[in-house]
Amino acid sequence: MRRLVALILLSMLLPLQAGADEANVQGFDSLQEEQRYRDLTSELRCPKCQNQNIADSNAPIAKDMRDRVYRMMQDGASNEDIVGALVDRFGEFVRYKPEVDRRTILLWATPAIAVGVGLLAVAGIVIRSRRRNGQKTVLTAEEQARADRLLSDKDRE
Amino acid sequence: MKRVFLFAPLVLVVVLGIVLFAGIGKDPTRLESALIGKQVPAFTLEDLDKPGKQLDAGVFRGQVSLLNVWGTWCPACRDEHDALLWLAQEQGVRIIGLNYKDNREEALVWLDRLGDPYELTIYDPRGTLGFDLGVYGAPETYVIDANGVVRYRHVGVVNEKVWKEDLEPLVNQYREDAS
Amino acid sequence: MYPELGQFALILALLLAVLLSVVPLVGSVTGRDTLQAYARPLSAGLFVFIAIAFGILTHAFVTDDFSVAYVANNSNSMLPWYYKFSAVWGGHEGSLLLWILMLAGWTLAVAIFSRRLPSVMIAQVLSVMGIVCVGFLLFIIMTSNPFDRMLPNVPADGADLNPLLQDFGLIIHPPMLYMGYVGFSVAFAFAIAALINGRLDAAWARWSRPWTTVAWAFLSLGIALGSWWAYYELGWGGWWFWDPVENASLLPWLSGTALMHSLAVTEKRGVFKSWTVLLAIVTFSLSLLGTFLVRSGVLTSVHAFASDPERGTFLLALLGITIVSSLALYAFRAPVVHVRARYGSLSREIFLLLNNVLLVAATLLVMVGTLYPLVLDYLDMGRLSIGEPFFNLTFSPLALAAGLLLGAGIFSRWKKTDGGWLGRKLLWPLAISVVATAAVMVTYGEFKPWAFAGCFVAIWVTVATFWDLWDKSSSRKGRLQGLKRQSRSYYGMVLGHLGLAITMAGATVASNYGIERDVRMVPGDTAVVGDYQVLFTDIGERRGQNFTAQYGSFDLSLDGQYVATLHPEKRQYLVQRNVMTEAAIDAGLFRDVFVAIGERITDDAWAIRIQYKPLVRWLWLGALFMAAGGFLAIADRRYRIRERASDRQGAEPGRRGDVAEAMS
Repeated sequence: MRRLVALILLSMLLPLQAGADEANVQGFDSLQEEQRYRDLTSELRCPKCQNQNIADSNAPIAKDMRDRVYRMMQDGASNEDIVGALVDRFGEFVRYKPEVDRRTILLWATPAIAVGVGLLAVAGIVIRSRRRNGQKTVLTAEEQARADRLLSDKDRE
Repeated sequence: MKRVFLFAPLVLVVVLGIVLFAGIGKDPTRLESALIGKQVPAFTLEDLDKPGKQLDAGVFRGQVSLLNVWGTWCPACRDEHDALLWLAQEQGVRIIGLNYKDNREEALVWLDRLGDPYELTIYDPRGTLGFDLGVYGAPETYVIDANGVVRYRHVGVVNEKVWKEDLEPLVNQYREDAS
Repeated sequence: MYPELGQFALILALLLAVLLSVVPLVGSVTGRDTLQAYARPLSAGLFVFIAIAFGILTHAFVTDDFSVAYVANNSNSMLPWYYKFSAVWGGHEGSLLLWILMLAGWTLAVAIFSRRLPSVMIAQVLSVMGIVCVGFLLFIIMTSNPFDRMLPNVPADGADLNPLLQDFGLIIHPPMLYMGYVGFSVAFAFAIAALINGRLDAAWARWSRPWTTVAWAFLSLGIALGSWWAYYELGWGGWWFWDPVENASLLPWLSGTALMHSLAVTEKRGVFKSWTVLLAIVTFSLSLLGTFLVRSGVLTSVHAFASDPERGTFLLALLGITIVSSLALYAFRAPVVHVRARYGSLSREIFLLLNNVLLVAATLLVMVGTLYPLVLDYLDMGRLSIGEPFFNLTFSPLALAAGLLLGAGIFSRWKKTDGGWLGRKLLWPLAISVVATAAVMVTYGEFKPWAFAGCFVAIWVTVATFWDLWDKSSSRKGRLQGLKRQSRSYYGMVLGHLGLAITMAGATVASNYGIERDVRMVPGDTAVVGDYQVLFTDIGERRGQNFTAQYGSFDLSLDGQYVATLHPEKRQYLVQRNVMTEAAIDAGLFRDVFVAIGERITDDAWAIRIQYKPLVRWLWLGALFMAAGGFLAIADRRYRIRERASDRQGAEPGRRGDVAEAMS
C-alpha cells in the first residue's frame, strides 16, 4: 500500500514542470523561458575570456551580463533588445553571430559563392565532355568505310 | 583550364600570409570601446569621499578628463597608481576615478596610503556605471572630452609610454577643440 | 647530462635531415642510383635520433628532472606516473617534439613500405619529407628547445601539469591528431615528387591513396577524441565549439576527405590530376596552418599554447616558404592538358567531383569564418566574433547536401549512369528513409525541421549503403559468397559512410532533442530533466593524489525507477590552485545524463547543471566507424600484391610493367 502511495506521489511530481522550475538558478516561470535564457546566453560572448560564451564562463563580467539578460527578460524585452543593449555597451565583439552588414556580407556569402563557383566548374566539365561525346560518335564517310572493312574482316576469321 | 588559374591559390596564400603576419604580436584581447563618439552614459552615484553627495555625468563637462576605472582588488591598478599621480600632479591632467565593485572603506584607506590622483572619485559598488561603459576588466582609462563624449579607451596599465603615445595626443587635441 | 645528449641528438637529426633533403633529390634528378639509395638509410637514421631525443625527454619527466625548464613548467613530483608520461606533450616544446617524432616515423614508414615504387619516386618523396623535417627541426632547435636547462637555480618542484590535461583523453588525443596532421605530409610529398619528375598518373594516385587514407583515419580519431574529451572534461556538456583551434583540426580533415575521394577518381580514370595534386598540397598546408594558429597567439582560444611573437614569426616563415614554394611549383608544373575522357552528367566521377565541391566549400567556410576577424582587424574595421551560431547555420546545409549526394552517388556508375535508372533505383530508399525519419520524430516527441533534415540524411545514407551492399552481394553461389567476394576496400567504404551517417545522426539528435538545465539545489531536492529525475543526496569533501574536491552524490531515476548514483566533483588542484569541474555522466548507447556542480550559491545551495543528451555517443562512435573503414581499406589485397617481376627489373619510371599496372 505504501509503495502504491509512493508511486502515486512520485508520478504526481512528473508533470509538474513548473514546480520543478522554481528550483532553477535564475528562477524562471517556465521551461520555455529557461530555454530562451540558455539560447541567449550561449550566443553572447564573454569579453574577457578566451573564447567562451557567457553561459559557460565563470568571469565576473559574464555573471553581470547574465544578470542583465535575466532582468531584461523579466522586463519583457525582446531578444533583439537584449542583445542590442549588450552590444551597445561592449561592442559587436560580444555577438557570436555577426550581423549581416557591409562588413560581413562576404563572410555570409562564402558558402554560396564557393558552391556556386564549384557547380559552374562542374557544369563546364560536363558540357565540354558532352560536346566531345557528340563529336566522337559521328564518323566521316571514310572512317565509316574503314570501320566496316575492319569489322567484316574480323567476322570472316 | 588556363595556366593562369593555377596561380590563384598562390596569390591567395600570399595575401593570407600578410594578414597573419600583421596579426602576430597583437593582443587579441584588447577591445575597442563601443562608446567612442558617444556621451558618457547617464548615472547617479555617490562621491567616494563624500557619502551622500550625488554625482552625475555633468562632472565631465567643461574640461577634458581621463576616467580611470580601478579597485583595491586589482593588482595592476596598484602598478599604475604612481603613473597616475605623476599625470595628475606633474602633467596637470584632470583624472576622475571610478571605484568599481569595491568597498568604500578599503578604497579610502588605499587612496590615503598611496596618494589620491583623482579630482573626484565616483563610487560604483555594484558596477552599474562600469557595466554601462562596457568595462570588462580593470584597469581601464577613458579619454573624455569637454562635452562629456567618450573619445578613447585604454585597457590595461597606464604608464609614461602609454601616455606619450596614446593618451597625450588625444588629450591635447580635444583641449584645443574645446578652446 | 642526458638533456644535453638529447639536444645533441636533435642536432644530429637535423644534419641527417639536411642530407636526406639533398642527396636523394640530387640523385633522382641526375639519374644516379647510388645517391638515390641513400634515402632509406637516412630516413632510418633520422628517426632513430629523434626517437632518442624523445626518449631522453620522457626519461627527464619520469625521473622528475626539474633542472630541465620544460619539465619544471609542466610536471610535479606528486603527478601520477602516467601523467608524467603524457606531460611530455603537454606543452609547446614537447608537443613539437612529438610532431617531429611522428614526421620522422611516417618518413621511415614510407621508406619501409614502398619497395614496389620506382627508386626515383621514392627518393624524391623521402627528400621532400626530409625538407619538411629540416624546417621543423630548425624551429625546435632555434626557438623551442625542450632541453633548455634552468641551472643553477633548479626548482625544488615543478609547476604541475595543467589539471585540464590530467586526463586519459590528453594521453591519446594529441598523438592521434598529430598522426593525422603529419600523415598528410606523405600525400604532400608524393604530390611534390610528381610535380618535380612530371610523372603524374593513375599509378601515382594508387601509391598516394593508402597513405592519405591512414592519415585521414587517424585525424578522424584525433578530432573525435578531442570532442569526447571536451565533453566530459570541461564540464559544460558541449562537444564542439567551433573554437579556432578546433576549426584548425577540422580544416585538414575536410580537405583530406575531398582528397581521398579525388584520389579514387584519379586512380580509376586518370582524370582530375591537377585538382588532386592541388588538394594534396592544400591539405598538408592546412595542417601547417593549424600548427601556426595554435601557437602564434593571433587568435583567441581556450586551447592555445602560450604565444610568443618570435615563435609565431618563425613558424609563419616556415609555413610561408613551404606553402608558397609548393604552390609555385604547382602553378608552373601542373598539367593543363585536357584529358580526353568522357563522363556522363550522372557518372560516378561527376558525383565525386560534386562531393569535392561541397567539401571544399565547407573547408573555405570554416577557414573564412575562423580568419575573418583577423582580416577585419588588419583592415582596422573593428573586432568581430564569429562563433557557433554562425557556423551551425552555414555548415549544416553543406553537410546535409553532401549526405544527400552520397546516398545517390553510391549507386552511380563510372563513366555513365542512366538518369532514369538512377531515379527509379532511388525511389525505394527514399520512401524508406522518409518513413524511418518520421518514426524518429515520433520517438522523440517533437517535429523539428533541422532534426528532420539531419535524421533523414543520416538514414538516407545508411539505407543507400546497405541497399548497394545487397545489390553487389547477390551471387549465384549464395548471399554469403557474394558478401565475401567484396573487397576490403569496398567494406572500408561501407564502414566509412556508415560512420558518417552515425555521426550525423548523433549530432542532429543531441543538438535538437537534448535538454540542458541549470538548477539550484540543496541536498534533498529533485530536479526533472525530460523523463529523468535527479535527486541531490549529499555533498562532502574528499582528497585525491594532487587535489581536494567537493564530492557530490546524485541519484538518477527514469520515470521513478532508480538507474544509478552519480558523483560529480569540483576539484581544486593543490599546486596550480585552479578549480576544475569533473562531471558525472551516466553513459548509454542511446543517451547520456550529465551532471556537473556549478557555483556555490549559499552555504548549502549549489547551481547544478543537468543535461539529457540523446544519442550523443553516436558522434564518436561514427568517427570510430570511419577510422575503422579507413584502416580496413588499406588492408585491401591490391596493396599487398607481391612484387611483380616487372617491378624488380630496375626502377625507372615509364616502364611497360608500370604502365600496364597503371592501366589496370
